[in-house]
Amino acid sequence: MKLLTHNFVSSRFLKDVKGGYPLKLSAQKIETKDVEFNEEFIKNIIPKCDFSALRSACESINEAANLPQTLPENWIENEELLKELHRLLFCIDIIEGELQCPDTARIFPIKQGIPNLLVEDEQK
Amino acid sequence: MFQMASFKIKPEHSGPPELYYNETEASKYASNSHITAIQHEMAERALELLALPEGKCGLLLDIGCGTGMSSEVLQDNGHCFIGLDVSLPMLTIAKDDEDLESGDFVWQDMGKGMPFRPGSFDGAISISAIQWLCHANSSNENPRKRLYFFFQSLYGCLGRGSRAVFQFYPENDAQCDLIMSQATKAGFNGGLVVDYPESTKKKKIYLVLMTGGVAQLPQALNEENDEGRSQIDNAGRSFVWNSRKNEKIVKGSKAWIDQKRLRQAKQGKEVRHESKYSGRKRKPKF
Repeated sequence: MKLLTHNFVSSRFLKDVKGGYPLKLSAQKIETKDVEFNEEFIKNIIPKCDFSALRSACESINEAANLPQTLPENWIENEELLKELHRLLFCIDIIEGELQCPDTARIFPIKQGIPNLLVEDEQK
Repeated sequence: MFQMASFKIKPEHSGPPELYYNETEASKYASNSHITAIQHEMAERALELLALPEGKCGLLLDIGCGTGMSSEVLQDNGHCFIGLDVSLPMLTIAKDDEDLESGDFVWQDMGKGMPFRPGSFDGAISISAIQWLCHANSSNENPRKRLYFFFQSLYGCLGRGSRAVFQFYPENDAQCDLIMSQATKAGFNGGLVVDYPESTKKKKIYLVLMTGGVAQLPQALNEENDEGRSQIDNAGRSFVWNSRKNEKIVKGSKAWIDQKRLRQAKQGKEVRHESKYSGRKRKPKF
């Protein structure tokens, strides 16, 4: 699972969960893949991303070293930052790990890089 | 998922999708070039119907992405995507595909809701997936509720003014109406776009749903704006908005008389011969 996905996934679909965001991330196995850097791509996706959720996700997997506390205003001209954001959002792939709903503490396992958000009805 | 020949039963009748698309079925599916070609074509058309602002790449949702064939189309057109499917074997194939680098996959049943925060996506496409929601696979599944819940959660995670396009093979008008009514109830407006309505084989049905706001409707294509399109021939495309399939025939009209006459003839009753004068308006008598 990429951090891009983590930034948009929420457990709102669970019964009685209003917020369900961001999901708490913990990872056992991480891989880094080479994905071509596309500046336009990143420029378009950053305004949609929740920066604080991205930052806390990066912290939980110890990748936040080069990430500022908040998104600087001139981020769009900062190529180094764009490249770092690209690396974080697209290149890091969490192969084994867990997502946890902040409201109900429900665990969603991540296996073979795919987060499992299926819930059985009785637990819904 | 593809259209079965008429002598075969539709796959959605055989059981839940996560059981139908097992490992053998998934690998069969991914390696079938015919399916790949059709899926590509439909995904291209669905993307076109999304009518995204030109030149802008967005984040799109691929519902029922399967082995990622439709996601590939999204990527090739410069978009990021998140694919969602209920079959793990299908997703594993998609995830292992090195080419699908600008997106990611999530394992979830669409009937249980879209697991995304509000306003996440610039649009959603779904190729041959929604008909799976119309069947109950266990006693606690209610297709109507599942459809409604699905549309409701989808509405939430789409950005305002964005669209969702579903390609599907409806079994009958009732199924079409069921899907449409639940989508409308969830707040969407939109309608069906029917490509090649005359051809049984080529006929494709797309449900175009829009989230609030004033949005431009997809244009029915005709010969004048047909230039520069190389892949899809648009002959005879029609547009059906809010189609009410079983429009009731007005009592006393010519069509009503004809229908009644035919029905009685069928029952073996004696009827008047067919006449162009039946049901005509008479001049007022003095």
